[in-house]
Amino acid sequence: MKASFNINGKVHELEFAPHARLLDLLRDNGFTEVKCGCREGFCGACSVLLDGELVNSCMVYAASVGERKITTVKGIGSIHEPHPIQEAFVEAGAVQCGFCTPGMVLATYALLQRNPDPTDEEIKEALDGNFCRCTGYVKIIDAVKLAARKVKEND
Amino acid sequence: MTDYINIGKNKEKVDALALAAGEPLFADDFALKDPLHIAFLYSPHAHAKIKSIDTVEAESMPGVALVLTYKNTPRVLYTSAGQSHPEPSPYDMYMFDEKVRFVGDRVALVAAESEEIAKEAVKKIKVEYEMLPALFDIEEAEKDGAPVLHDGEEHVMIPSAIYRPEKNLAARIAFLYGDSQKGFEEADFVQEATYYTHIASHCALETHVTKATFDHYGRLVLITSTQVPFHARRIVSNILGIPLGKIRVIKPRIGGGFGSKQEVLLEPYVALVAWRTKRPAQIVTSREEYFVSGRTRHAMRSRIKMGVKNDGTIVAMEIDDLMNAGAYGPHGPTVLANTGAKVLPLFNKIENVSFYADCVYTNLPVGGAYRGYGATQGFFGLNQHIDHITRLLGIDMAEFVKKWHIKTGETSEVFKAIGEGKTGHEQVVTSCKLSECIDEAARVIGWKEKRGAKRKEGDKCYGVGMAVATQGSGIPLIDMGGAHIKMNEDGSFNLYVGATDIGTGSDTVLAQIAAETLKVPSEKIIVLSSDTDLTPYDVGAYASSTTYVSGNAVKRCAQKVAERIMEVASEMLECPREELTLGVEEVSHVKSGRSLSFKDVAYYAFYAKNQFQIEESASFVSPVSPFPFCATFAEVEVDIKTGIVRPLKVVTAMDCGNVLNPKLAEGQVEGAVLNGVSFSLCEEYLFDEKGKMKNPSFWDYKVYKTTDLPEIVTILVPSFEEYGPYGAKSVGEVAINTPGPAIANAIYDAVGIRMYDLPMTPERVLKAIKEKGVG
Repeated sequence: MKASFNINGKVHELEFAPHARLLDLLRDNGFTEVKCGCREGFCGACSVLLDGELVNSCMVYAASVGERKITTVKGIGSIHEPHPIQEAFVEAGAVQCGFCTPGMVLATYALLQRNPDPTDEEIKEALDGNFCRCTGYVKIIDAVKLAARKVKEND
Repeated sequence: MTDYINIGKNKEKVDALALAAGEPLFADDFALKDPLHIAFLYSPHAHAKIKSIDTVEAESMPGVALVLTYKNTPRVLYTSAGQSHPEPSPYDMYMFDEKVRFVGDRVALVAAESEEIAKEAVKKIKVEYEMLPALFDIEEAEKDGAPVLHDGEEHVMIPSAIYRPEKNLAARIAFLYGDSQKGFEEADFVQEATYYTHIASHCALETHVTKATFDHYGRLVLITSTQVPFHARRIVSNILGIPLGKIRVIKPRIGGGFGSKQEVLLEPYVALVAWRTKRPAQIVTSREEYFVSGRTRHAMRSRIKMGVKNDGTIVAMEIDDLMNAGAYGPHGPTVLANTGAKVLPLFNKIENVSFYADCVYTNLPVGGAYRGYGATQGFFGLNQHIDHITRLLGIDMAEFVKKWHIKTGETSEVFKAIGEGKTGHEQVVTSCKLSECIDEAARVIGWKEKRGAKRKEGDKCYGVGMAVATQGSGIPLIDMGGAHIKMNEDGSFNLYVGATDIGTGSDTVLAQIAAETLKVPSEKIIVLSSDTDLTPYDVGAYASSTTYVSGNAVKRCAQKVAERIMEVASEMLECPREELTLGVEEVSHVKSGRSLSFKDVAYYAFYAKNQFQIEESASFVSPVSPFPFCATFAEVEVDIKTGIVRPLKVVTAMDCGNVLNPKLAEGQVEGAVLNGVSFSLCEEYLFDEKGKMKNPSFWDYKVYKTTDLPEIVTILVPSFEEYGPYGAKSVGEVAINTPGPAIANAIYDAVGIRMYDLPMTPERVLKAIKEKGVG
């Protein structure tokens, strides 16, 4: 199959198998910032935003995406122009192995979009779909709080 | 106090931004051109002989390039344990064998043009098995008539090691000092109990990934998710007979290891496919494969007997451990040794000790290295035992531990008795702030107010418990790390280390050590690590060795580079070397008030006179393994109607020596603590009666996520370790040992039940509550 996908603001004409998951479509086409940790919708390493909504891309058929805008972590910032959330993760010491980080950053982005000033409990709820084995989540939660402050300052 | 410019600072992790930005840094992010994809056929049986294997149909499928079985792979025994040569783990596995020994053992592989074709072809392989009786119970393993797993040429490389595969014995460690029988006779009471720790998965978020390709010389290049690139190169070479110099192993960023990747699990297979077909090849394993066919924490039964005087003196201790190797023995002997070597020295004043430990084969998933490495298993029982004894004595466990734990300047008979792979040797504890750790953590949890308070609200009971632990910093006289540093024109430096950053932040900490020694900001250090072609050797990321062993190599190397800089400056300023001092990015001559920037020195060395590259190399191997110490205090809520244990607050105070990077050190503690909590309360392999794991999925193997979190508090209690680089000791492993027993002791404090058996799931807790008649 062939269809066009809006990924990080650019339209790509991509080929894919009828049963292909969005995760595979993205990784196979070089969007390797979308990580695969379980392929069963648990770990959130493959998180992307679909029209701003956080989804596990391993649980989404590529064919079902349609016109919706796909945002990966590279869609919100880069190593040269990082998003304040990415900076916050770095500063807070929230990045250990970094395999969960793209998903965590996107989960944070989705949270702060709808709730710019989340409480600790709201942060925990929002990140509950993203598994991390390295950090014990302590510095990740610090990073989200720092990110909230940074995003507000930037506005 | 020294004015450090890098040490003790929260330097940002050098790779953090790239990772947060999703740069392609992990093994599976490297796209090979037109690779073969590999899929394994796994054994559906726990114990069976392969009577026949027919691969014709699979081989004739379009798109299949190669099928490998025991018939066409090297018949070379090896261990997948990524340890120094000669590995202390038994040589008990072949790439493929005529026999399978657990559900998930490898029977064959297919390499094909796509993953789908490879998986389809795997289904076409016809295998006829002759079923053998399976062995699941460790207590049965050494009995006459028990099924024998390894009955061929399996052997150990260390002549003094006890290895009796005919009795399913993968390892035995035994030693004694004093006379425990006499000790028990002198005791006022004897306390004996048996504790069980279970099989668990590391759950690194990145599964095992290996890719093989070729360089422009036709050499084999492996890009692999490993903690041990240099061991991987050696072991692949040994198995396949490919000259070591024709193999390059590159460790990219690693998505967590925790011991699971201290294992040469995939590299020989992918390498052989590439070597035979002369094509790039790769495998990206699934989560299910990681659970079933990867490595696990060894389960252990630990029987502890202590003879105690009414004044609190422990006069005798007997420990009898029985550990489950699973079907093969990687890390079996050394994990087994550590259940004593890392645990017994903590209470070094017990005069009569006997330690007896066996590691036995069973037809279950394979044990391996797992953060804590035997200490986790040993400290679970020991801390509960001490809790129980102090309750019987009517004294405060915190005060008891402070009185009896090993102190600075003291030694233990155990150091001499057991080592890892070699015999032990004497050492003295050169830094220990465990008592201070206990005080700090006790204060933060509210120990004095909460202990024994028996607070209850409805069905919810509350209690606090504590546990202490130690570990080591590398394996003495075995672990070696190398470093190389070269200077650039602008006064920046390239640092090359074999040390293997698997997400811990070792690249950053090693940069800080180099920078401090060279007196430059760590941003001036460009780190390249773990590439067997480009960097010096290092054993890899295990045994809590990197900061200490590799760190000392880096420090030594940087000192030599600093010396070269001084020599050049001396030539430039035409004054004796002794009159020069090293300042921040400059060399100054105090007498004349003249100074040279590092840039001046570098330009001179490159372009002016007697030109040479300012560069040095150094290695480090340690005669000792300095001990980090930690104390964890936990507060729990136990629901006596449901058996659900909720950890409310877990406070860990850590003596990891002088803290090189507080945020990174805290991160190590926090990660280890939560892994320990999750391991103790909910993570569990469930097996059916045929030895098949029933829950190889994150949905069925429960791990902690954010909504499960207790409040986690980390307190760094610095000491100064004289052997350590800038006073540092290890921090990576030790804190995983304490949450389990601290929670178990807190449960006892809350409801008076003793949890001998991990994990402390609601079912087990409720059963214990009902048996005890609590409520």
